[in-house]
Amino acid sequence: MTAHATTPEHLAHPEEHAHPTPGMYVRVAIVLFILTALEVALYEITYGEHAGAFGNIQPVFVPVLLMLSAGKFALVAMFYMHLKQDSKLFTGVFVFPLIIAAVVIVALSVLIAYHHAFAGGVIT
Amino acid sequence: MSDHAHALETSTGLDSRKLAIWTFIGSECMFFASLISTYVVYRNKSLVGPFPHEAWVSPAGQHFEPIIEIPLVTAGTAVLLFSSFFVVLALYGAQRGNRKMMIGWLGATILCGFFFIGMQVYEFTHFVHKGLTLQTNLFGASFFTLTGFHGTHVTIGVIWLITMFILALRGQLPPENSINLEMAALYWHFVDVVWVVIFPVVYLMK
Amino acid sequence: MATTVVGQETHAAGAAYGEKTGLWSWLTTVDHKRIGILYGTTAFCFFLLGGLEALLIRFQLVKANNTLVSPDFYNQLFTMHGTTMIFLAIMPLSAMFFNFMIPLMIGARDVAFPRLNAFSYWVFLLGGLFLNVSFLFGAAPNQGWFGYANLTSRQYSPGPNVDFWLMGLQILGVASLAAAVNFFVTIMNLRAPGMKLMRMPMFCWMSFITQVLLLLAFPVITVALIMLMFDRFFGTHFFVPSGGGDPILWQHLFWIFGHPEVYILIMPAFGIISEILPVFSRKPLFGYAAMVFSGVFIAFIGFGVWSHHMFSTGMGPIADTFFALATMLIAIPTGVKIFNWIGTIWGGSIQYKTPMYFALAFIAMFIMGGLSGVMHAVAPHDLQQTDTYFVVAHFHYVMFGGSIFALTAGAYYWWPKMFGRMLDERLGKIHFWLMFIGFNVTFFPMHFLGLLGQPRRTYTYQAGLGFDWLNQLETVGAVILFFAFLTFLINVIKTWRRPATAPADPWNGATLEWSLPSPPQEWNFAEVPVVHSRDPLWERKRERGGPLPEPLRVSGQGIHLPAPSFWPAVAAVGVMGLFLGIMLSPKVGPWAIFVGVSVLFFGVFNWIFEPSYTSIPGVGGRPRAGHH
Repeated sequence: MTAHATTPEHLAHPEEHAHPTPGMYVRVAIVLFILTALEVALYEITYGEHAGAFGNIQPVFVPVLLMLSAGKFALVAMFYMHLKQDSKLFTGVFVFPLIIAAVVIVALSVLIAYHHAFAGGVIT
Repeated sequence: MSDHAHALETSTGLDSRKLAIWTFIGSECMFFASLISTYVVYRNKSLVGPFPHEAWVSPAGQHFEPIIEIPLVTAGTAVLLFSSFFVVLALYGAQRGNRKMMIGWLGATILCGFFFIGMQVYEFTHFVHKGLTLQTNLFGASFFTLTGFHGTHVTIGVIWLITMFILALRGQLPPENSINLEMAALYWHFVDVVWVVIFPVVYLMK
Repeated sequence: MATTVVGQETHAAGAAYGEKTGLWSWLTTVDHKRIGILYGTTAFCFFLLGGLEALLIRFQLVKANNTLVSPDFYNQLFTMHGTTMIFLAIMPLSAMFFNFMIPLMIGARDVAFPRLNAFSYWVFLLGGLFLNVSFLFGAAPNQGWFGYANLTSRQYSPGPNVDFWLMGLQILGVASLAAAVNFFVTIMNLRAPGMKLMRMPMFCWMSFITQVLLLLAFPVITVALIMLMFDRFFGTHFFVPSGGGDPILWQHLFWIFGHPEVYILIMPAFGIISEILPVFSRKPLFGYAAMVFSGVFIAFIGFGVWSHHMFSTGMGPIADTFFALATMLIAIPTGVKIFNWIGTIWGGSIQYKTPMYFALAFIAMFIMGGLSGVMHAVAPHDLQQTDTYFVVAHFHYVMFGGSIFALTAGAYYWWPKMFGRMLDERLGKIHFWLMFIGFNVTFFPMHFLGLLGQPRRTYTYQAGLGFDWLNQLETVGAVILFFAFLTFLINVIKTWRRPATAPADPWNGATLEWSLPSPPQEWNFAEVPVVHSRDPLWERKRERGGPLPEPLRVSGQGIHLPAPSFWPAVAAVGVMGLFLGIMLSPKVGPWAIFVGVSVLFFGVFNWIFEPSYTSIPGVGGRPRAGHH
């Protein structure tokens, strides 16, 4: 009773690829550490001890910070959680909720901010 | 745990347990999204201090410093990131039957987990001493709820990893059972990436 | 795989060849079929309870200024009626069919995680009991099933009513999430050879989409309830305006869950109807791929329409427009589904059996509910209807006219498969006509009452407003509905006394569950089937040039089965203990929480470290089900 006749159309074959090496894990760890250091440094030159060292960079602070975080997030997911070489199904099961989650966070922030700016707002 | 690995029996060729943990992680994304949404919506909405990034003088004339302390939390963040690196090495050892590597790195991961929990306990008690509790203001409520539930996840992760550690010590985690460690590792990484989002949103953004 | 034929015998329901019986075997069962029966029985009891609550509501409203029940008890009645029908009736009745049918339809021996499946059921049972025990304390939830802040705050709801509701819902959420993970993996991973995703029975597809919705919607209500719990137990101000909290946030979080939730309630119904129509029209489902993609589309857009429940909060023109348009957009894939169902019947050789009656009524009633739904999508229109009986009419047409009609159709359709007995056709037709007439007499006048301005959730009304005779008519309809379900009960009792001799394939079915004896044996498939098309059984019959022979009962020698386990039930008690502990902690101290958590850990650890497989002595076979 070998049930391998069904490999669904859109799914990759599992475990048929070279696993990443500890060397790669180390490289990813170094990049993660650098990115975290960059985040904190960015905070320091925007609001911290050295604020103003590079002029007023407050407008770009949040977007850059979010990009750095997204980079770390992607690195961990791709290399440490093995999404890069595992089945695409795992990626789908993770990324689809992530998209909905991100949209929910943005939508809620906008809706609630707008709700209170809207003069006709009724408090229930 | 039972004694077969029969991932090849499934329609997708993927192990059911691994697919289940990924599915659960997908679901958890919405859990944390709701908590983060609440934090973001209530940013700067607190009626009274203390505040995360600004000093505050109460009507009674009491002076409160900004609550957030970045250096300590940065250390915690770095340690959590490193623990992800350690657990992936432990898994690498487990899959290749390298017991020393597995046990060593797993121990390191658990220590990192303890460090992070310790950091959080210290931080929470420190905040309470500084006059910030759940009930103080919206910042307190949403901050403690968000980071507290993340901390709960870390704690469950540590308990899970300790269970794996004991199994490894007893020699009950051979390569064909490494899926058990892989599930714990995936959960642990997820807890880590959630913190990757929480750290800038809560601690760095003003 | 060696199997021995032991001949055709008749069995008590659920007791296939060599199966254990008795209370302990039911308490420790991990068999998806038994768990399905447990779900169904429990859910039907809750359904009757919810119906009783509805009857009391109707008797209170039968005349102006009636004093049958007190205003507070009326609040408890409509809150518990809504909560019960949604969480304790329609969802678990769908879960009955998920449990019993999905493994049979995809050709699996069991679900991916049999013990987790048992855990889901026990948590559901305890959560349902937890919610309803509140009646014994005279403190049932009384704030509405949507629990709008800040009515739910300690200040405005000092009693334990809301606590019962929020803890009960948390417990039920655990059950739903566990089951959703389980069935997601089951459908993905345990399909028989050749059963590609686009060959799955439509019921499996719609169930699959339901699991995705559950996985993404339930965590949101979990967080909202956690915050409500903190507000009520630990003095936070998440939804308390005096502390800067925003009650609107509760509404957003609740409906981000709540709107997908209504699709969770209707998707399984779509699936059941898509199974029944082809079989009784002797024609394959029309537009299979369009059916799948419209279901996916409904689910996806369903996450972007939640604020149409909140037009009256004053979100402003941009948000109103967006959510109105997104809501109207959903009408398109829904229309696709309806036309595909009509296309399925079109030109078919229609067999007017009881399941078909209910399925056809479903289409008509669901269209009516859908049309009033599109009316609500028009924001200015909605502002006129909001909080009136027009809304009540709308969602009863989709939930009762949709979900309950479809679930009833499914019950008549799959009854012989589940219990080995056919339900009586004549009583079934009587049940149908009573239900169809009673339903319309009860809910159709609500459209007019709503437009006349009768408010929802109000325990009485003044005379002379033109509400009186319509309300009387509705109460008559509710009584007819009571007799409809009484007929169903009589039907069940009457047929139960007969021997279980239903054939394996009474309706000339198209899907795999009809290839098994009725009821199926514990391991379902002695040999795992190989699938080549969307209608595997019709295909086999075509190849054979006639009906298939009655499948024989065989001994299950050498088949590995998941072992019965007691620990899921213990873990479930732990889950309930955790929330009960939180509820009691203000009175008895935090140790109560600790007790619950301890039981939970005790159950989970024993569960993890017990061997999960047993095999009937004989030749070793490899299991197809998963582990936990």
